[in-house]
Amino acid sequence: MSESDTLTAKARPETVSLTGAEIVVRALKDQGVTHIFGYPGGAVLPIYDALFADNGITHVLVRHEQGATHAAEGYARSTGKPGVVLVTSGPGATNAVTGLTDALMDSIPLVVLTGQVATHLIGTDAFQEADTVGITRACTKHNWLVRDANDLSRTLHEAFQIATTGRPGPVVIDIPKDVQFKTGEYLTPDQIRHRSFKPKTEPEAASVLRAVEMMAAAKRPIFYTGGGLINSGPQASQALRELAALTGFPVTSTLMGLGAFPASSPQWLGMLGMHGTYEANHAMHDCDLMICLGARFDDRVTGRIDKFSPGSKKIHLDIDASQINKVVRVDLGIVADAGKTIAEMVKLWKAKDKKADAAALKDWWAQIDRWRAKRSLAYEASDALIKPQYAIDRLYALTRGRNVYITTEVGQHQMWAAQRFKFEEPNRWMTSGGLGTMGYGLPAAVGVQMAHRDALVIDIAGEASVQMTMQEMSTAVQYNLPIKIFILNNEYMGMVRQWQQLLHGGRYSHSYSEALPDFVKMAEAFGCLGLRATKPSELDAKIMEMIDSPKPVLFDCRVDATENCYPMIPSGAAHNEMILSALSDASVSDEGKMLV
Amino acid sequence: MANERHTLTALVDNEAGVLARVVGLFSGRGYNIDSLTVGEVDPAERTSRITVVTSGPPAVIEQIEAQLKRLVPVHAVTNWTFATDGVEREMALVKVAGADRAEAKQMAAKLGARVLDDRGQATVFELTDAPANIGSFIEAMRPLGLCDVSRTGVAAISRDPG
Repeated sequence: MSESDTLTAKARPETVSLTGAEIVVRALKDQGVTHIFGYPGGAVLPIYDALFADNGITHVLVRHEQGATHAAEGYARSTGKPGVVLVTSGPGATNAVTGLTDALMDSIPLVVLTGQVATHLIGTDAFQEADTVGITRACTKHNWLVRDANDLSRTLHEAFQIATTGRPGPVVIDIPKDVQFKTGEYLTPDQIRHRSFKPKTEPEAASVLRAVEMMAAAKRPIFYTGGGLINSGPQASQALRELAALTGFPVTSTLMGLGAFPASSPQWLGMLGMHGTYEANHAMHDCDLMICLGARFDDRVTGRIDKFSPGSKKIHLDIDASQINKVVRVDLGIVADAGKTIAEMVKLWKAKDKKADAAALKDWWAQIDRWRAKRSLAYEASDALIKPQYAIDRLYALTRGRNVYITTEVGQHQMWAAQRFKFEEPNRWMTSGGLGTMGYGLPAAVGVQMAHRDALVIDIAGEASVQMTMQEMSTAVQYNLPIKIFILNNEYMGMVRQWQQLLHGGRYSHSYSEALPDFVKMAEAFGCLGLRATKPSELDAKIMEMIDSPKPVLFDCRVDATENCYPMIPSGAAHNEMILSALSDASVSDEGKMLV
Repeated sequence: MANERHTLTALVDNEAGVLARVVGLFSGRGYNIDSLTVGEVDPAERTSRITVVTSGPPAVIEQIEAQLKRLVPVHAVTNWTFATDGVEREMALVKVAGADRAEAKQMAAKLGARVLDDRGQATVFELTDAPANIGSFIEAMRPLGLCDVSRTGVAAISRDPG
């Protein structure tokens, strides 16, 4: 008899009988769920009925199911709690697929409940029937079709366990309508244990020791950190700060890991990768020890793989064993929780009284300072046009010291935000990294603001991305969520245009944002405040007006239409083959230059 | 790097969709399946064993094992190619309808196959053996009137009591 069966048998006399719909609501509450993002429909009406009878959970009505999933992602990423979604069968489920895939790629814990047609109709091409578990099998960490109300509470509790432990990810529970009506036994979370799912979180002592010894022997080390540090919880960021302080090593991060290490630290090299800084990428290329903590050697990070950091020993810490040696062969793989492992490294470094190679490190930092002197994020200032980099810099300067959360869409604006907005803490930066989902940021901001009512939540957007999930403005208005949608409007799908300029001979095939709406009027139509800035001189005052407004704001920031995002590693190039903007070279005069 | 043939087994929860998860993993990530067998092995524990024969460079094989282990209903994954303590077998049904069926039967007997059916216009042989020997048997039957072949794919298990 399995462990879960034993528990069930012992617990049976204490269980209560509820309808499937009541079981869903009860299980959500027992899992500590306070918010769900959803959209009703025929196949989930019994659950909506149970929610109507119970006011313990705040339901946020979105305008499209994709919006529900991104809102739940924003909620999850900014709180560390799982995001919960409730949608109907058929189109409700298929509309959720983009958000599920996004959450899978970025390891965001989501529990998505989908209605399904009644069990006797499954397989008959019934109205609003879709093979939801079939469709979502490849875009979830796990999924279930629950055919018996007695299996429902167990499945729901297992779903939360699987979504939130190990490497987090999205799960789907597909619940036929008749199962929602039928009566079943309710089991509480402590009565459930999954049979085979037992993620390993503790590092082996020998591996931690070896890592610490490799670090003490390193001459040109670098910490390459990622989203795993955010997922591990704030203690992982804390441990990283201690380890960096103890060792004096430089730190860079992926897009997903921004905030785990404070951007104000002199040890911070900025983001690495395709649009990372010159110093971060060159340090990655020339290092003799790479300590990868909770990142996964994504192609946007590594560039050309056969020229990736050729002379280094590599340590890779990841909670997901399949990431070790997946893309890059490493010398030491550690499968464990990031926070626990880094804390162990700190402990052992102190206990063994380890010292970094101070002389070698001094040379290494001198080399890094020479790379920094390239000023790879510099750009040409303008009095006439708002440069997108300037807009981000002013947005950062004017929001400093406030309780700020940033979400983004996908494209140039996202990279400029990642390069220039300085994060000091984890969970403050919500972006679609792995999947690159245009339309992520606006609904994500809704989810963040729902969890942090008094915070300043800003979606740094592009005019193309924002049109993909624009309808969630209405959600923001309904729930009095004063999100700020700051659109860097360059009238182009800017990253597409940039690639067409650099790689496709300037043939701008279908990348111009034709027939744009008047964003100010549209904001007003939604009941939001619409603002527009066209000149650098008016930008600060308009940004302050945005911040001070109690309403959701749509800010149409008209920026230089043809500005490119630099530096850049072209696809197929190595870290030391970056393209810099004309002005980033230190030999160019300082006049007309804006420095980081 | 050169492709290697590996036999992997996965002990899985016998639940709806588990085979689809395994097959979807292979197709989604571009791995090869040379053969695949599945069957329930412990009704009380509701577990099944899936045996997959795959081929790929060593790094890909390592990824396949790691990716299989990530699947929630997978309890354990074993790679029998590197283990010295595993045995594997495959069964084939081979239909022959040549002019000289006696010769085919004689050859089959020599190669360890038995006659499963001989009532119709053809003879159906059954052979349980290592996959390579099944291949040899099929080749031996080809000039003797081979019509059709059905192979089960490989099943693998350890020699040890544990």
